[in-house]
Amino acid sequence: MSNAALDPARSFQGLILTLQKFWAEQGCVILQPYDMEVGAGTFHPATTLRSLGSKPWKAAYVQPSRRPKDGRYGENPNRLQHYYQFQVILKPSPPDLQDLYLRSLEAIGVDARLHDIRFVEDDWESPTLGAWGLGWECWCDGMEVSQFTYFQQVAGIECSPVSGELTYGLERLAMYVQGVENVYDLNFNGLEGTDKVTYGDVFLQAEQEYSRHNFEHADTTLLFQQFKDAEAECKALLEKGDAGERHLMVLPAYDQCIKASHRFNLLDARGVISVTERQSYILRVRELAKACGAAWLKTEAGAAG
Amino acid sequence: MPDLLFEVFSEEIPARMQAQAAEDLRKLVTQALVDRGLTYEGAASFATPRRLALHIAGLPAQQPDVREEKKGPRVGAPDAAVQGFLKSAGLTSLDQATIESDPKKGEFYVAIVEKKGGATIDVLAEVLPAVLKNFPWPKSMRWGAASAKPEALRWVRPLHSIVATFGPETEEPEIVPFTLDGVSVGDITYGHRFLAPGPIKVRRFDDYVSALEKAKVVLDPARRKEIILADAKDLSFAQGMELVEDEGLLNEVAGLVEWPVVLMGEFDEAFLDIPAEVIRATIRANQKCFVLKKRDAKDGALANKFLLVSNIVATDNGKAIAAGNGRVVRARLSDALYFWETDRKPLPDYADKAAKPLDQRLEKLKAMNVVFHEKLGTQGARVERIVALAQHLAKLVGADAAKAARAATLAKADLMTEVVGEFPETQGLMGRRYALLQGEDASVAAAIEEHYKPQGPSDYVPSDPVSLSVALADKLDTLAGFWAIDEKPTGSKDPYALRRAALGVIRIVLENNLRLRLDAVVAGAQGALPGGANADARVDLLAFFADRLKVYLRDKGARHDLIDAVFALDGQDDLLMIVKRVEALAAFLDSEDGKNLLAGYKRAANILKAEEKKDKDADYTAVYQGRADAPDAEKALAGAVASATSAAAACVAKEDFAGAMKALAALRAPVDKFFEDVTVNDADAGKRLNRLRLLSALRGAVHTVADFSKIGG
Repeated sequence: MSNAALDPARSFQGLILTLQKFWAEQGCVILQPYDMEVGAGTFHPATTLRSLGSKPWKAAYVQPSRRPKDGRYGENPNRLQHYYQFQVILKPSPPDLQDLYLRSLEAIGVDARLHDIRFVEDDWESPTLGAWGLGWECWCDGMEVSQFTYFQQVAGIECSPVSGELTYGLERLAMYVQGVENVYDLNFNGLEGTDKVTYGDVFLQAEQEYSRHNFEHADTTLLFQQFKDAEAECKALLEKGDAGERHLMVLPAYDQCIKASHRFNLLDARGVISVTERQSYILRVRELAKACGAAWLKTEAGAAG
Repeated sequence: MPDLLFEVFSEEIPARMQAQAAEDLRKLVTQALVDRGLTYEGAASFATPRRLALHIAGLPAQQPDVREEKKGPRVGAPDAAVQGFLKSAGLTSLDQATIESDPKKGEFYVAIVEKKGGATIDVLAEVLPAVLKNFPWPKSMRWGAASAKPEALRWVRPLHSIVATFGPETEEPEIVPFTLDGVSVGDITYGHRFLAPGPIKVRRFDDYVSALEKAKVVLDPARRKEIILADAKDLSFAQGMELVEDEGLLNEVAGLVEWPVVLMGEFDEAFLDIPAEVIRATIRANQKCFVLKKRDAKDGALANKFLLVSNIVATDNGKAIAAGNGRVVRARLSDALYFWETDRKPLPDYADKAAKPLDQRLEKLKAMNVVFHEKLGTQGARVERIVALAQHLAKLVGADAAKAARAATLAKADLMTEVVGEFPETQGLMGRRYALLQGEDASVAAAIEEHYKPQGPSDYVPSDPVSLSVALADKLDTLAGFWAIDEKPTGSKDPYALRRAALGVIRIVLENNLRLRLDAVVAGAQGALPGGANADARVDLLAFFADRLKVYLRDKGARHDLIDAVFALDGQDDLLMIVKRVEALAAFLDSEDGKNLLAGYKRAANILKAEEKKDKDADYTAVYQGRADAPDAEKALAGAVASATSAAAACVAKEDFAGAMKALAALRAPVDKFFEDVTVNDADAGKRLNRLRLLSALRGAVHTVADFSKIGG
């Protein structure tokens, strides 16, 4: 395959590879996506858990993100129930993080002398993760292409030191650099003619099928049960792993927290959770996240003494 | 005299916080300097997305010297006290103190402590970091490696560098010597992030402003706004359009750019089918862009163009930026169009419960159990209460009860529409549009929008009786509800906008000349609430209305003492009558008769008050007994009081307050004559008591109209 096909302005995968290369050069470990359904790259333990404790950490990875409610049966050119985020986490946040971010945009072909790049206030908060931070939406010509956050608290625990988190919306960014109006028209592999594979070739059918699933057919009784099971298992694992000063089973417990969170998102998409119940489900997931965060601080990676 | 230039350079400060932060910086630094004896000629502060700047002109180079007298112990006091005094005054022996004497204390020591004023630059070195460390940001954060320590510096976003120079115009200024948590302090600032990012050495405010301007930074937000507004108007005019001005948006975008460049973008004309308010809300909320009207368009129709404010002068003159923004606007308008279309379609899940789209949204609102307030139940229950109350009020305000009920039923249904979900500020307005589309009566549709009005002291007050019924019902239910659960406004806190709701009721009633007994209406509203009737809450809520009415009338220029005089009477819960009474009273007191009667009244009231003070059990309310031996003036007054009392009462009953005042005016001459000719404190106890009773009757007569004791002057 020619290098031209991997030009970030020509292929979706070229964009991803360019970002990976850029952040690898900044000393990040390039991880692979977490193998579970999550709503955002932040849920990956490489961000949630690694942002806790004093150990330095630099990582970047692509994370498929599932937002059941955002499904549009493949009919909306901008909305997807499954999309990709490119996630960068740097602990502690380096002093030149904004410059690094701008250079990464330059690397994928966004010229700051031609485009209007702006940092617009956006206080990030994840009620389910018990996390919040301050930062911005990063705008390119009026389009939000990334989120930029200085984590202040995660899993209810003060971040010490603070991590910087960058989240690139890959499809949007790719649409921008490829000059495409419809996400399904994105060139995925950078080839032309019969060799060309579009985003629609890869994902349109999935969007249609999952929209049906998310809005119409997901079995809500089963989902309610799975939520309860995941919640119970998370608590059980936290208890079994608790060895006093140390904790021996945080990651498996945290998986269950992620699972509960996604089950909740599916139930929410099915419209079976009332406004008041919604709050209580969010609180239940947050309690799990908090317990996992506290346990993490008793592990080696959590810099326990 | 030397000047201070102070700049705090950081990552992007949220637009909404900039103005307040600049103001806080100026106040905190100047206040701290004044507290330390340093006055100045002038101070001004500025904000851009990346910096707060402060210029203080005409500071002295030195603090003034301070001379302080310190009183010590008496002569011959125990040694411990003497030693303590020496230490606190900084003396080595008592020889350095003087002795003074005082008739009470005797002889005691006094130390004169003279404190040399410090150099202003040193005071600044103490004040500036302290202000930064305790800066009142609404939300602040930690960052970087330093954030591992709990005492790390907090700022709104990471702080990068500080300029702090001090010195007179003629000399090279000095750098204020301090450091702050690893942030460098010096005379270096930076230009525009993209257009001139390099370091710039600055000396004083004047060269600072011009150096920034050269580096594509307009320091003064007011100037950025002027530039944006002027360019926006020119650009739209040149294209045959008119800018839809938006002060809030202008303030915000001026806080998002250091170098404003206004550009025009466009969208497909087909999107103009979407209601103009929705287009505007979409483009404003998501894109922070201005919309444009077609020039001379009668119905305020929008043009398919918009204006954006970019932060750079692009190498292609902004073509790519305008095109990029246009794409985003198109995507957003596609969403809005989808919402607008979806809202007019049936909701399949609720099709069996109601026939029309808006009614189906109402069913959804009920089914979803959307909570209005934890202690006040669901929106669905609230809608039912408002329907009942609106029907009741319809009779009182002359509205068609069926229409009022229908409007109240649909009033909150648009909360479940997609458009309102996305743009809450279009609530009501969208309800009205959807109602018209499903064939509702025009008054019903209008009431859906107008029931939220008025939103404040200058907002439009509805006049259609159907709107009045629903608007009053909505506000009274809210007020009665929050009073029932004791969530009243306190001080500056009024999270449920209850003051605004009460003012809304007042304005609706007064501006539509409505007769409403608030007490009964509030009781009715309470009856429908989960807690039921609650006399204490009702009394308290009426007192709140009285307070709000006072504020309202005072703003209109009415004398607050006259309002008090009317409110002091029992059973004042008819707002319109209260106002009429206050007006009649004001006119009366402006007349000669009124002024003199007030004087006579005060004299009578003072005598009674003095007597009541002497004898706490005294009661002069018993009926005055006519006596043959009474002086003529007494007889005349007694007759006048009797007739004025009944005449005034009759007028009040007819709500003829001017007539009542006129009846009281007849008392003026007999009152004057009485005080001229008759001594109240007669040696004869019987006569005295009887005369006090007459004065009490006089007081009573006047009180049929207002409590004159509350009136000043």
